[in-house]
Amino acid sequence: MQWEVVVGLEVHTQLLTQSKLFSGASTTFGGMPNSQACAVDLALPGVLPVLNRGVVELAVKFGLAIDARINSPSIFARKNYFYPDLPKGYQISQFELPIVEGGHIKIKTGKSNEENEKIINITRAHLEEDAGKSLHEDFHGMTGIDLNRAGTPLLEIVSEPDMRSSSEAVAFAKTIHTLVRWLGISDGNMEEGSFRCDANVSIRRLGDEKLGTRREIKNLNSFRFLQQAIEAEVEFQKYTLETGGEIKQATVLFDSDKRETQVMRTKEDAHDYRYFPDPDLLPLIISPDWIEEIRASMVEPPDLCFSRFIDSKIDSNSKATYALSKYDASMLTADIDIANYFEKVVEIIGRKEAKLCANWVIGEVAARLNQDNKNIKASPVSPKQLAELILRICDGTISGKTAKDVFSTMWDGENHASADEIIKTKGLKQISNSDEITKLVDMILIDNPQQVADFCRGKEKAFNSLVGQVMKATKGKANPAQVNDILKERLNKKGQE
Amino acid sequence: MAVTLEDVKRVANLARIEISNDEAHTTLDQITGIFSLIEQMELVDTSTVIPMSHAQGVEQRLRKDEVTEIDQHELFQSQAPKTEAKLYLVPKVIE
Amino acid sequence: MFNSSLNQLSTLLSTKKVSSVELTKDFLRNIEILNKEYNAFITVNEELSLDQARIADAMIASGEGNPLTGIPIAHKDIFCAKGWLTTCGSRMLSNFVSPYDAHVIELFNKAGTVNIGKTNMDEFAMGSSNETSFYGPVKNPWDILSVPGGSSGGSACAVAARMAPAATGTDTGGSIRQPASLCGVSGIKPTYGLVSRYGMIAFASSLDQGGPIAKSAADLALMLNVMVGFDARDSTSLQHENEDYTRDLERPIEGLRIGLPKEYFAEGLSDDVSRAVDAAVAEYSKLGAKIVEVSLPNTKLSIPVYYVLAPAEASSNLSRFDGVRYGHRSEEYTNLDDMYLKSRTQGFGAEVKRRILIGTYVLSHGYYDAYYIKAQKLRRLIAQDFTEAFKQCDIIMGPTSPSVAFDLGEKNNDPLQMYLSDAYTAAASLAGLPGMSIPVGFGKKSRPVGLHIIGNYFSEAKILNVANQFQQVTDWHTKMPDIKNSK
Repeated sequence: MQWEVVVGLEVHTQLLTQSKLFSGASTTFGGMPNSQACAVDLALPGVLPVLNRGVVELAVKFGLAIDARINSPSIFARKNYFYPDLPKGYQISQFELPIVEGGHIKIKTGKSNEENEKIINITRAHLEEDAGKSLHEDFHGMTGIDLNRAGTPLLEIVSEPDMRSSSEAVAFAKTIHTLVRWLGISDGNMEEGSFRCDANVSIRRLGDEKLGTRREIKNLNSFRFLQQAIEAEVEFQKYTLETGGEIKQATVLFDSDKRETQVMRTKEDAHDYRYFPDPDLLPLIISPDWIEEIRASMVEPPDLCFSRFIDSKIDSNSKATYALSKYDASMLTADIDIANYFEKVVEIIGRKEAKLCANWVIGEVAARLNQDNKNIKASPVSPKQLAELILRICDGTISGKTAKDVFSTMWDGENHASADEIIKTKGLKQISNSDEITKLVDMILIDNPQQVADFCRGKEKAFNSLVGQVMKATKGKANPAQVNDILKERLNKKGQE
Repeated sequence: MAVTLEDVKRVANLARIEISNDEAHTTLDQITGIFSLIEQMELVDTSTVIPMSHAQGVEQRLRKDEVTEIDQHELFQSQAPKTEAKLYLVPKVIE
Repeated sequence: MFNSSLNQLSTLLSTKKVSSVELTKDFLRNIEILNKEYNAFITVNEELSLDQARIADAMIASGEGNPLTGIPIAHKDIFCAKGWLTTCGSRMLSNFVSPYDAHVIELFNKAGTVNIGKTNMDEFAMGSSNETSFYGPVKNPWDILSVPGGSSGGSACAVAARMAPAATGTDTGGSIRQPASLCGVSGIKPTYGLVSRYGMIAFASSLDQGGPIAKSAADLALMLNVMVGFDARDSTSLQHENEDYTRDLERPIEGLRIGLPKEYFAEGLSDDVSRAVDAAVAEYSKLGAKIVEVSLPNTKLSIPVYYVLAPAEASSNLSRFDGVRYGHRSEEYTNLDDMYLKSRTQGFGAEVKRRILIGTYVLSHGYYDAYYIKAQKLRRLIAQDFTEAFKQCDIIMGPTSPSVAFDLGEKNNDPLQMYLSDAYTAAASLAGLPGMSIPVGFGKKSRPVGLHIIGNYFSEAKILNVANQFQQVTDWHTKMPDIKNSK
């Protein structure tokens, strides 16, 4: 039987603010337990919430970036349930009238990572408080509660059930991840739990209109688990339906070791959260002027940046274009810091060499960052240093191969030496003087009569061996193109002799 | 919409209030009386009325995003039933 | 001295006729003698009070005194005060020493007043008789067989029995006005949003409002001058320009239009109360006020609406009491859920549990629209009634309570009857309007009767003016119960 997979995602992303959603306590990760849980976070009797302006601005940025409606008023509501990491016994969230409603994002699917584009609609994005943490290591059979995270602002982004496979779901999650980091509204740090997903999964017979019964997989904190969990869930649902069973609405957890989903609670024992507007908070009004002010402060969104990078018109809205391939552009726009780095390099060199710059950023720079587990912002080689290095390839001072050595020296060096300084100290300047090369070639030809004879008999391989000899003699500094030309010319002459 | 014994037990559980069968019966009697009063609300047509959550039609005030709180965990935890290693202790949470 | 007004006490202090330490010791001694009988205070802490008295004396000596500097003030045990046991009348908080000050407490501290003790109250302010307190009922000093009203019963009793010159209270559906009425003292609930709720333990957030209880309108004005103030920590605190609430006390009220809602003088009002209120209204006519009949057609629904909205908010507000971070935790439990169940079941009294259950029910799935939303819609109609009425009058008057103080235990097993004692006060709370009660005579068994005065938003100065003009020509507010042990 042919099944169609239907997935909708809920992404919880921590917003990057100094202080919490409703209190002035710090949101810094990794503090001593409960050192960042103030009276409001602890829900002491009598304390009250006051909304953080910074949080509202970040949520509005997200809404504007996905072309959504910014609701004004939007309303904060209480979601009531008991849990030790939820001090008030309710979470302040948004239910009716969330701050962001509607909007959409474009995801790229397909193996080539560039061919297919698909629009995924966003239902809503709302603000809510994060909970504290339960530490399950044993305290005499008890659980320890750390409330430092309690009250940290979260933006919950809810998609329509528009995805049709686990890979589309992952592409969606990755696109949102890139977007929130790009906009500077979240650090997206998955290890610290700043970015977590819930997936609503159902299947239906191909061609059916009606959606199947869904099960919600909670708390997926890596793209790999997201993919595996959806796949495991789809397998379970297919097996159940194909063996005459029935899917019951439920909340499930993914066991990554067993690669299976396990029921946490069924619909029957679903919580009755008793949502109602929080009487301690008033309607949030966001004026059109404020929205425009926020819009003006925003960076170019990643999809526009991508379009501009592949555009070949000289300028697009008076911003630079680079006529790059979709592949290069998607690599460079995977992260705003990479895009910025690339643009700084090209700015120095000129857009004619954009492709070469892209190769360097995607190639050498990315490889070294990856190897050293570093963010591009912490790159030891600055865009200026890299630009100066690439310039020396363009003007023939060094070969591409030598450039890689210079780059390596630059990366490992501590004194931020320029390309020119390294080339000079190490004597790496390319020999481009044709007289000098001709003299060298002639010497090699005299020293290697056998190869010369072989070449004359038509053995092409002997040519490469002779080039190698020349490069070796110059320690790689000879301009390879020139060596080729001169060698051919001298050999031809010899052949004619 | 008569309140039932099941309702009383269900909301008691939601509110984490322990209630014996006898107590549930007594509570049901009292609550039924109160709801007979509450049901008077149905007599007025409110189809065109906008709900009123607050007495004043004012909007949410916003706080500047800055850290204003200091670490006071020792003071706060002096009120806690059980703590260890700066953590609040509760019976084992089973997930 | 125990009968002195705040102004008189202030003069005694500023002219060094008495020190704050002496005054504080006198009132502490009065409390020590009388509290055994009346149970108006949950906590008295001589050391903390005298510390403040010494600071006050230093302030006065250095000329930094304010009108209330050095005066002992009793605070309802709903206000968090740093270092003070703050119980909210509940076993749940019977071990809670507040690590911080409520905004109201900060303001009184800044004014240099002395916290003379924390007053008894209905548990979590849920009650109209003070009988729901974990610390036992407060007795009405006019008749110890009767209730003092609630929930600010301890504060009203403390003022009536001269254990404190003035006190703070809170009012959610009548909790300042009704006990003031039943104890024969004056009390005012300001416009919602004028007194910060920060540090005032929440009952029903959209209705709770702090206010003072004292012997006269003039004293209340001085108290409001301290208590009212914007607080950035309370999102519902209003950025209202500071006023001097004493400014209009002496203004004549000739031509004042007093509206009498016909619904307040209908079925359910006892004759003795009706007579005293009529006499008071007649006195206002003599002062030159015009009496007009007004109508508040939806006011009869204020009790049903109130008993949906207040319990709903309370059920959620009281979820934080779970025995994890502070407050009562059961000695024995088998697991986490059992700890929640036992701690909350032991920590809360019957009335609090009842309201939590009602509130949980009206918010639960399938009932929310029929109860909660419906009640919020009616709340708007109730508020609009007042807007209409204030087109025809400047001030609204009526009885504060349908009857004089009832006997202790009389309505204990009949919550419905108990809830009806707020019949006249809940509407102003729902509308967020300021309301006041002043003593205007005595009814059955010589128990006090209160006159309810409701003004438009932010008309506290006018309400106080209207009350003060009455108190200038009558002496009901100077009457005090027969307290043998008092000087």
